[in-house]
Amino acid sequence: MPIPTPFHARTGAICESHEWRNWSGYLAASLYEPTHEREYYAIRNAAALIDVSPLYKYEISGPEAERLVNRIFTRDFSRCAVGQVRYTPWCDDDGKVIDDGTVARLEQNKFRVTAAEANLAWFQDCGYGMAVHVQDVTAELAALALQGPNARLILEPILQEVELKELKYYCFAEGSIRGIPLTISRTGYTGDLGYELWVSPRHALDLWDLLIERGVDFGITPAGILALDIARIEAGMIMNQVDYISSRKALIEEQKSSPFEIGLGWAVDLEKEDFVGRRALIEERRRGSAWRLVGLEVDWNDLEAVFRRWDLTPQVAGRASRSAVPIYRGNRQIGQMTSHTFSPWLKRYIGIGMARSREVREGDAVSVEVTVEYQRLRANAKIVRLPFINLPRKRA
Amino acid sequence: MNHSPNSKRYDAIVIGAGHNGLAAAAILAKSGLRVLVLERRGSLGGAAGAEEIFPDCQVSMGAQDAGLFLPQLVTELGLERLGLRWVETPALTTVFTSQGKPLTLWRDVHRTAQEIAQFSARDADRYPRFADQIFQSSAVLADLMTVTPPALPELRLGDLAVWLRPALHARRLGKKAFMALLRILPMSVADYLDEWFETPALKAALGSTSVIGQMQGPRAPGTAFLLLYHAIHAAHGETRSSRFVQGGPQALIQALTQSAREHGAEICAGLGVVKILIEDGRAIGVELENGERLFARATLSSLDPRRTLFDLVGAHNLELHVVREVKNIRLRGSLARLNLLLSNLPQFNIQASEFERLSGHVVICPDLDYLERAYDDAKYGRFSHKPFLDIVIPTLCDPSLAPDGNHLMNINVQFTPRWLEWDDLQRRALLDVVLNTLSTHVPELRQQILDIQLLTPLDLEREFSLSEGDIYQGQMGLDQLLFMRPIPGFPRYKMPLGDLYLCGAGAHPGGGLTGAPGYNAARQVLRKFSAQ
Amino acid sequence: MPVKYDVIVIGGGHNGLTAAAYLARAGLKTLVLERRHVLGGASVTEEIFPGFKFSVFSYVVSLLRPEIIRDLNLPLHGLTILPLESTLTPLPNGDYLYRGADHYESYRNIARFSPRDADAYEDYGRMMYFMAKAVKYILGIIPPDPASLHPADLNGLLNLARRFLGLEREQFYTLMRLMTMSSADFLQRWFESEPLLGTLSASGVIGTFLGPRSPGSAYVLLHHYMGEIDGVFRSWGFAKGGTGGIASAIASAARSFGAEIRLNSSVSRVLTRNGSATGVVLESGEEFSAKVVVSSLDPQQTFMKLIDPTLLPEEIVEALRLYVYRGSSGKVNLALDAAPKFACWPGQGPHLRGAISISPGVDYIEHAYDEAKYGRFSSRPYIDIVIPSMIDPDMAPPGKHVMSCFVQYAPYELADGDWDQQREAFGDAVINTLSEYIPNLKDILLYRQVLTPLDIERITGLTQGNIFQGELSLSQLFFLRPAPGLAKYRTPVRGYYQCGSAAYPGGGLSGATGRLAALQILRNEFGRRDKT
Repeated sequence: MPIPTPFHARTGAICESHEWRNWSGYLAASLYEPTHEREYYAIRNAAALIDVSPLYKYEISGPEAERLVNRIFTRDFSRCAVGQVRYTPWCDDDGKVIDDGTVARLEQNKFRVTAAEANLAWFQDCGYGMAVHVQDVTAELAALALQGPNARLILEPILQEVELKELKYYCFAEGSIRGIPLTISRTGYTGDLGYELWVSPRHALDLWDLLIERGVDFGITPAGILALDIARIEAGMIMNQVDYISSRKALIEEQKSSPFEIGLGWAVDLEKEDFVGRRALIEERRRGSAWRLVGLEVDWNDLEAVFRRWDLTPQVAGRASRSAVPIYRGNRQIGQMTSHTFSPWLKRYIGIGMARSREVREGDAVSVEVTVEYQRLRANAKIVRLPFINLPRKRA
Repeated sequence: MNHSPNSKRYDAIVIGAGHNGLAAAAILAKSGLRVLVLERRGSLGGAAGAEEIFPDCQVSMGAQDAGLFLPQLVTELGLERLGLRWVETPALTTVFTSQGKPLTLWRDVHRTAQEIAQFSARDADRYPRFADQIFQSSAVLADLMTVTPPALPELRLGDLAVWLRPALHARRLGKKAFMALLRILPMSVADYLDEWFETPALKAALGSTSVIGQMQGPRAPGTAFLLLYHAIHAAHGETRSSRFVQGGPQALIQALTQSAREHGAEICAGLGVVKILIEDGRAIGVELENGERLFARATLSSLDPRRTLFDLVGAHNLELHVVREVKNIRLRGSLARLNLLLSNLPQFNIQASEFERLSGHVVICPDLDYLERAYDDAKYGRFSHKPFLDIVIPTLCDPSLAPDGNHLMNINVQFTPRWLEWDDLQRRALLDVVLNTLSTHVPELRQQILDIQLLTPLDLEREFSLSEGDIYQGQMGLDQLLFMRPIPGFPRYKMPLGDLYLCGAGAHPGGGLTGAPGYNAARQVLRKFSAQ
Repeated sequence: MPVKYDVIVIGGGHNGLTAAAYLARAGLKTLVLERRHVLGGASVTEEIFPGFKFSVFSYVVSLLRPEIIRDLNLPLHGLTILPLESTLTPLPNGDYLYRGADHYESYRNIARFSPRDADAYEDYGRMMYFMAKAVKYILGIIPPDPASLHPADLNGLLNLARRFLGLEREQFYTLMRLMTMSSADFLQRWFESEPLLGTLSASGVIGTFLGPRSPGSAYVLLHHYMGEIDGVFRSWGFAKGGTGGIASAIASAARSFGAEIRLNSSVSRVLTRNGSATGVVLESGEEFSAKVVVSSLDPQQTFMKLIDPTLLPEEIVEALRLYVYRGSSGKVNLALDAAPKFACWPGQGPHLRGAISISPGVDYIEHAYDEAKYGRFSSRPYIDIVIPSMIDPDMAPPGKHVMSCFVQYAPYELADGDWDQQREAFGDAVINTLSEYIPNLKDILLYRQVLTPLDIERITGLTQGNIFQGELSLSQLFFLRPAPGLAKYRTPVRGYYQCGSAAYPGGGLSGATGRLAALQILRNEFGRRDKT
């Protein structure tokens, strides 16, 4: 049975929908209200408060901590200063992605990693023989994401020891709110202006209450996973086990992906010192990747036409779907759309998927499978650049 | 001897001047390569070398018997021309039981059968047939000694050719003997011997050999294989491959050293390697303790795979699956070595006329249950309170090894775990247990002792750079043989890095004073060079 | 004029019945002869104590081949397999390790002992999935003979090699390790925490005379991982109505296809003429003739008792003489007045609906094994418990429970005394051990049935009480089981077949042997190829 997060006393009390998800063994509200629309709009228009405590968290510390993170991750951490955060994938020996997450440099010799899946044994083995300590701190850190245009306004007056305006995108600082010590990072999984707060579980409920109290005039709204899922697809952010399969979990070779294939080529630094998977990735860079990440926009007019055959209007769920559907060019399947949703903001049906890299280019016309009245049909779609929404305030 | 290398560049650099390192160097030098051997210690030979531990005595530090030494090395290097003299003692193994008469396995099969007849007519009758089976089966293993195991599962046709000889040999055994071999290999030595014999002392004499250096008792499946392994070069009728070198194992080291030098190899003692230099995923040479860098087209390490890959190459230079493999190599120190200088020949419980019995291995292990119990202690992290001792008295075949009619006694104390606090107290406790055990057979032993050297597994680890004090550089279980040795995927002496070769016991075919890993690795290097 | 059958099956255990069902399904006139008054052999349910139904011997199902369930339509004949949800490992300090269907719950439970192990547990499970998948193929084929040059065998070997060499590199090596390592060593490649190592390694010793540190036990680990229910690897189940439910379902299926089954019919000899089987004679003197006779009994009875061994080639007789049975386990069945209260987890809960394993650490099991090595039953044994009445309420009166305890080690050969003298002391050792974890056990104990290996032998006819009809060791597997040349169901006596657990692919409640033997008989003797 999933267990409660440190915020459960609050989230449980307000969860009118009684709809929970099992997120890494923790109870995570899918949505709090009967529909998730208001929660989604809070992300884009006001501020959403999201419990992200179930993320796996690790601390890597010791004299050779930098050496280890540089060995594990594909990005160059010698150029990551204390106070900075980097988003990065990590790979196995064959250059296949195990997981992706953020790495914050807490001190010269101390890093904090967030991950979608458990990674302790892997990190420890990468550090074999190094003067370094890897520790699972998942249970020692509660985490809240405060995401949306008002996030800064809410935090600014109550946050001490940190000048929020100075806190740049993908940076973090140590501060406190009414005496509660916390780490605040200018990060998120929504593509909007937002912060993530890392705090001891002891202070979790106090922090929640303070934020709600302070945020109420700015539209703060607790939001569940459903709203978050839509926002992250709009922001073109991939998800482990949904958009790609971790190489540690794949059952066959074909299920594995390289960072290049899942749109994270920009996060691979082949020039830096050796890291796990480098040899294979150099080879793949030379040879070219078989797959690539694509954004898809389904032609709404065509979707209407498909449904009109049954005298229906498009029956697309308001929720993001994690069941993959095939992508076709002509009659040939060239990939699959792995996450897709109606974007309430764009009023378009959008999706993230994987396609054979030789067969797609941006702007290409393709089609995706749509099931209407138990029949599998296709709707026209276009390969588009990710992200779907790129707000200036994301980096502000 | 402590000179510095004449050059900065060589064709091949060999790390470690143990018998395998020297064998590899000699073979390479003989082919005309410029070879440099680097030895950290002040003397050569590693655990097979000797030092003047006792005044005027050259004492072998680890090795006893040279029966497993590869015949190809002797002939190809002409070691006999260089003064190597074998001593084949009449006795192979003598077991002293706590009460009653000793049992000796003689080199002569009929003499042995007569001996056994005093214990059991049935066993005496079966012994010659048993010796036949050992001879046939171990011959197949002997063929495998110089085979380079293929890299399964990425098998290529060329890899299979090398198996032809052993396979044909195995086929020549006939279907019945072949099936018997397949059945025996995974068996426990206790089960195997139980099928043949009833006399406890006989089973102990035969079976005790197969646990030496292992952290496994005689009931452990896979130990029967080791019984065969220890008989690979045995002549028909002998059940143990045992022969000594005139002058001790160190004379063999001297012959190898001389052969290497004659062919132009440079051998530097007192020069430790701290690092294998790597460039673009290839080994390009070594860095010495003094910071000096030397370069070579091929680097051969006779250290164990963990030392080589973790300490010299560095785990961070290896792929993760290799790190995990190396980390998980079963290295288990299980042996302590006690060297004694005695005022005169120890009086075991035999007539003076029977001293011949002492000429081979003298084994304190009355039956296999004794051996299993000795292992039980070690299994839970203690040394055996009744240890199994494998003793050789080298001064019996070569009195010149000790002055004034004194005698040396080399004792392998089996089932002595590495992971004990090896402080003075512990060492004294171990010494007491061993001497007490011995004193039951040689009552006046303590009065005869002139000098003592005790090497615990920790000492062996430190002295001879043996990880965990494992004398075989990796346990000789079925899971760590052939293409699984030293780690799967790299069985051809080539290591995960280009131009780096493993030439010690950690590589196929494994441990013991064989020289085979060194010989095979050198030939692998030559093959590579000739292809270039 | 006696009736002439097409096939007579000796023994109404699950393999005999499975064979009979397949043969009858193919339209053959089939007769099953069972010595006892109940069917099932070691898979029987008996009401030993009024109101309480015991799965007397075998107690869980995992290996029953799904194709047999499908082919024979067993659910229509009353077979229902209920899932066992979890494994609880109570610890002496009052803590516990609980692993259930919820991945994250198991993760958290393991993480309490080692967060690293919790992470590695998934990798391990995935690897074992691959292994079971690879081996599943072997279980479905007839083992080729490696020493034969017959095209069918060569082809079989080639296919096998291709299958294995086609495995992904790491999977191939893992399979090699499973075949050769000890379960403790194998598991230590992933794990470090004692409770997890202990309880996982326990599956490596079930039914064998090996400890968790004995090489070869890793294979048994896999053997127990191959269970398959509803297409999911490694799920254990419990047959409704007890294990006897399986036998009665197969028997019912066999009867529906027209097979005749006779109870209380002990076969004394197989009749032969000119080296061919012609029928059987019962102890009562009654004779039945048949074209083919197939024995589901163990090799000792099949070859040494039922037929005249002189009909067999000498080397097969010799091999059968060397075939090791070595019973190592006992069974204690308890009738309880109420639900047991575990100290570590009082009250009822999911933990009582799964397996409960008294295996708190590797050393614990190893100590238990040590005692058995020297001929004593374990004073604190490894115990595998299920409480069938928690899953199937019909097994005991309302509110009361039956508890089935598989106990290891109980060596068939005792050093002192015999099992008739030691039976109650053995029962006491089990109850005392259990009471350390279940404080209310003695208060709720209504009745205990203690079955020693000797009892298992007497009741079921399994030689030495070995539940697999012979030790599952590498030297007795695949083409070596039960003897070289006997691995293929057919025997040297024309028309005489074997279909017991000792034939390939070995023991467990799989029925695979019965099925494969039946298919062979249909092909060889009746010229039919079964489509399934």
